[in-house]
Amino acid sequence: MFSTRNFNRSKPVLFILILFPSLLWAYQFVTGNLGVNPIEKLMDELGLMALRLIIITLMITTLSNIKPLKSIVVLRRMIGLFAFYYVCLHFSTYIVLDHFLDIQFIIQDIIKRPFITFGFISFLFLIPLASTSTNNMIKRLGFKLWKKIHYLIYPVAILASMHFYVLVRADKTEPVIYMGIIILLLLHRIFKRLTRPQLAQ
Amino acid sequence: MKILGSEITPYKTYLNRRKFIKGSLASAMLATVTSSAFANHDSDLSIYTKNLNENDKLNSYEEITTYNNFYEFGTHKKHPHLNSGNFKPRPWTIKIDGLVKKPQTFDLEKILSNVTIEDRVYRLRCVEAWSMVIPWQGFQLSELIKMAEPLSSAKYVQFVTVFRPEEMPGQQKRTIIWPYREGLRMDEAMNPLTILATGLYGHEMPNQNGAPIRLVVPWKYGFKSIKSIVEIRFLDTQPETSWETLAPWEYGFYANVNPNVNHPRWSQGTERRIGEFKRRETLMFNGYEKEVAHLYKDLDLTKFY
Repeated sequence: MFSTRNFNRSKPVLFILILFPSLLWAYQFVTGNLGVNPIEKLMDELGLMALRLIIITLMITTLSNIKPLKSIVVLRRMIGLFAFYYVCLHFSTYIVLDHFLDIQFIIQDIIKRPFITFGFISFLFLIPLASTSTNNMIKRLGFKLWKKIHYLIYPVAILASMHFYVLVRADKTEPVIYMGIIILLLLHRIFKRLTRPQLAQ
Repeated sequence: MKILGSEITPYKTYLNRRKFIKGSLASAMLATVTSSAFANHDSDLSIYTKNLNENDKLNSYEEITTYNNFYEFGTHKKHPHLNSGNFKPRPWTIKIDGLVKKPQTFDLEKILSNVTIEDRVYRLRCVEAWSMVIPWQGFQLSELIKMAEPLSSAKYVQFVTVFRPEEMPGQQKRTIIWPYREGLRMDEAMNPLTILATGLYGHEMPNQNGAPIRLVVPWKYGFKSIKSIVEIRFLDTQPETSWETLAPWEYGFYANVNPNVNHPRWSQGTERRIGEFKRRETLMFNGYEKEVAHLYKDLDLTKFY
């Protein structure tokens, strides 16, 4: 049931499911059905979706450690690229709709406001990840270097959750839950590494 | 809706106030009253719009009542609208205590029979960098202060919101230290722009906007305009306020709208007027500089933000 083939087969459905919210929000935005403050709402939804997808890619890696589920890892790239897609939409909403390409203002905003700084660095770190997410790139870089680059997902996840945490004014429950999940997933990796049987030199 | 005879401004007062507004408060977008003050949002709006600044447009009743920060009903801006249905704003009393001649509890009806309800169309600027234009009905806070008879030693006024976790689901969670508290310096409280509002768009104050009575201080960030007030206390020292207690590096006691004072979370230089696509420049004291700047001439506004 959890064969590579079946996971691969589920991809088109997953693709549509993950793409759908962005199309829906775009449609609602254009038709004026995104509430009283549509730009804020659009930005919040896109950002939250991106953060959730980033966390799901981390979860997939952890799940793939469970023997019967190891093939789930074939879904990781697609979901990771979708996370990047939502981050790009989130960031362009901020630049184009929220600040109308006022670049000078945006640069000040990124420097002065810690939560925007966190979000921006997280976005920058995602770029090398997304641009090396092809089979060809793995071959060209070699698996070892490729894997090193993809460790960037850890600072990306931490910074993204901090971006959300600092933004929330009073009830920090939701960002704390996301941070907790990220920390647990990271601890699991560290634990695995420490207990890994050493190969004979 | 029921209109108390006392809530209608006599014609003479109306004329006098008009002159007053034409003079010193012209830019403050003060509207005045006749009996038509209680027209609802679906009837003729010209009574509200006639005194608007040319750059301002009224926000709709729907916008004003479905997009609110009122953490007593939840932290999302749609929560107050969705979660305030069980709140009972009548009967209502306001306790007056602290440095007053005689501490006492006023019935809201009694207060209303002693004041003049008038229309005030004000800009509201939230610290989160969005804003609205709202037609309030209310009376000057100074009128209630006169009724309260504070001692000359009273330098500050503190306000407290009702605490009813069974009717206000947001209070069941400790997001803020309940009850919500706010404060003003006495001269700010006595300023003619400062009102206690009991209605908007000619409706009784909706629950999500702070029923039955709330403060409106238009030159300060929205969180200063405390809602559903049950207690007013006169003090000789600056009172603690809720947001300042929670995050003093972000929110000060004064919280005057000021595009030049940086905030760690939101740029205060610009704002999004709800209903508009492009941001606008934020005005010093939210555009009420002429009326209130003199209150702060000896104050370093970057330090006392």
